Order: sequence, then structure tokens, then C-alpha cells
Amino acid sequence: MAYLQAFGAYLPSRIVDNHEIAAATGTDAEYILRASGIEQRRFAAPGESVSSLGICAAKDCLESAGLAARDVGLLLAASSSSERRFPGPASSIGAGLAINGVPAIDLPIASAGSLFGISLAAHLAPAYGNVLVVASEVMSRVVERTPAHRDTAILFGDGAGACLVTAEPGFAEIRDSLLASDGDLAAALRLDLNAPLYMDGRTIILQAARKIPRAITELIERNQTTANQVEVFLMHQANFNLITRVAHALAVPEDRFFLNIQRYGNTSSASLLIAAAEWRQQHAAPIAGPLVFASFGAGLHWGALLAAPPSVGNRL
Amino acid sequence: MTRQAKITEIVEKVSSQPLVVGPDESLFESGVLDSFALTDMVGALEDMFSIRIPDSDLAPRNFESIARIEAYLDTRS
Repeated sequence: MAYLQAFGAYLPSRIVDNHEIAAATGTDAEYILRASGIEQRRFAAPGESVSSLGICAAKDCLESAGLAARDVGLLLAASSSSERRFPGPASSIGAGLAINGVPAIDLPIASAGSLFGISLAAHLAPAYGNVLVVASEVMSRVVERTPAHRDTAILFGDGAGACLVTAEPGFAEIRDSLLASDGDLAAALRLDLNAPLYMDGRTIILQAARKIPRAITELIERNQTTANQVEVFLMHQANFNLITRVAHALAVPEDRFFLNIQRYGNTSSASLLIAAAEWRQQHAAPIAGPLVFASFGAGLHWGALLAAPPSVGNRL
Repeated sequence: MTRQAKITEIVEKVSSQPLVVGPDESLFESGVLDSFALTDMVGALEDMFSIRIPDSDLAPRNFESIARIEAYLDTRS
């Protein structure tokens, strides 16, 4: 049994609006908003890094949980924009939290990395105790802001999120998760060495619009739940138009999906946890119904995770 | 209504504009379909022709033009 204890987030201070991106990519601000639902995103400062953003989000999460870094038994760090091939940011984030000695594992999975992290943490918490999942991205340094790369340049922003998964009761019990991967389409969304991020947007959207609702449906049906019973859907903030299509496919109102893509853009693996942190900040009361997390991204990797109010006897 | 006319009707509906490109012209390059309209069109094709398009066939090239859509549907009949 594992629980969601707390979330955290960190967003760099520099706000980049659509006018700035439009000027660099030869498009217009209205087009960006229409195509993605994004109004602005954040860019990391020159002195900030994937690790430094991740450390800030981790500290925010631990503060929300009322725990110290020394209480962490395992650190999982997702990122697709790490500044170097190895080591990944996990050990540096651990060092920044002054928990050297605690195992720190990298999950180099874009977009779906934090969902995979929470799911793995749920399985590992009984053995390791408190598992801190961090997702951190500096996407602004891996996209090329030119007219030739307009379709990716308009989407991405920087940020970090964190989640504490524990074996001790938390505000939600992790009931089940469904993870999947398909390498046949690995080339459709990738970051090659010494090249900007490449995305075949048509293929990715076609696959995501089909696979995300299917994963959610399979997950909730095998847990005797319906989409209409779900209190909130927390999705990877990839594109507003994709999220609304997932809502329509599940036949649930769009407002059941928490949205902050308009302010932060697509922060890849970090977006799910940034959204969860903001949602939890706005809804601090005990949850009344199931929560569904869902992500899709490069790999392809995708999946969904179901959490629910803790069973009687395990409520806080 | 012919099959091509049905496809044209779907394209016009999901793109919210009259179709002015020829059957062999790209619906993508001409700006008729963006990624999301493409997704909507695939769903509408499934409904209209009572088929289920498997994920492995969800390649944009299968739906790039009216002619390619017809060729794809031929493989499903």
C-alpha cells in the first residue's frame, strides 16, 4: 500500500509571453494561443539548471509534507532535458538536498516520466519508506526558436515538480496504475545529440488522442470506477486541445480536468507534478473521490494512475 | 452519396471550411487539416464507415489526401 503525501513545484521567475515567441518564430501570438491554449511560459535563468529547479521543487514538496530531506529513503528524478549524458540530475538533486547516501535514480523519460515515477514509487515505498519523485525540465535550451521549428518552439517551458509517495497514510491512496511503451514510434518525438527537439506533431497527437483515453478507461474500469465518478483528472499539460479531446472521449466535462498549461506551457515530465501541486494547493481539503493522473510522451511512453481517498482505518 | 463525397463531407466538417483542394493534394500542406482536425477526421471516418482503425494504422500519410484516405479505406474493405 502506498499513498500520496504531498506535491511541490518550482517555476523560474522569467515569464515569456506569446508575443516574444511569435517574434522569434515568425508567427503571431493569437495563433499560438489557438493552437495550444498557451498564453505564457517560464524560462530558466542562465544560472539555473535541471538540478537546481528540481531541488527547489523537492524542498517545496518536503515543506508541504512537513518532512525533512533526511526522511527520504529513495529519490526518483525524471527529466528529458538533462544538461549532460551522465550522470543524470538525480544524484545532483540528492546532493542539493544534502541526502548523499540515499539512492537516487534517473528516469530519462520525457512527458510521462513523472507518471512512471509515481507508479514506481508506489511499488517501492513499502521497501524504501518515503520516496521523493522529482521531475525537472529546462526545455527552453533544447528547442530551437526559429520559423523552421515553430511547432515545437511555441509549446515548451521550464519548471519542476515533486511528489512524496509514502508507505504511511497520506491524503490519497494509490490504488492502481497502467503503464505502457511502444518503441516503434520512438523517432516521432526525440532529442538527438547536438540537435534540437524534433516532434512529428501529427503522429504524436493521433496516438495520444487515442491512447490516453483508452489507458484511463481500462484503468478505471478494472477498478470498478467510472469516469464520471472521478473528482479530478490531472494530465500532462501537453496541449489544451489534446486535453479537451481526452475529456470528450471520456464523456466528462472539460472542467473536471485541471489546467495550468495557459501559464506554464508544456514543461514535459514536470507538467503533471506542477499541475498536481497547484491543484492540491487550491483543494487542501480531504478528497471525496478518485483522482486520475495521465501522461503521454516520447518513447512512446504513456499511462494512467488511479488514487482515491484512503481506506477506512488509514485516513489521516 | 459516393464514398469520396462522404469523405469530403467529413473533411469539411472537421476543418470548418469548404474543401477546395483536389483529391491528390495534401490536406496538411494546404492548411485544411491541423493535428487536431486530423484526429477528429479519423474518428469521423471510423463512425461513417463503421470501421475501427488500429493504432498501427494511425500514420498521417494514410490520411494526407482524399485519394490516400480512399486508398486506405480500400485496404479495410
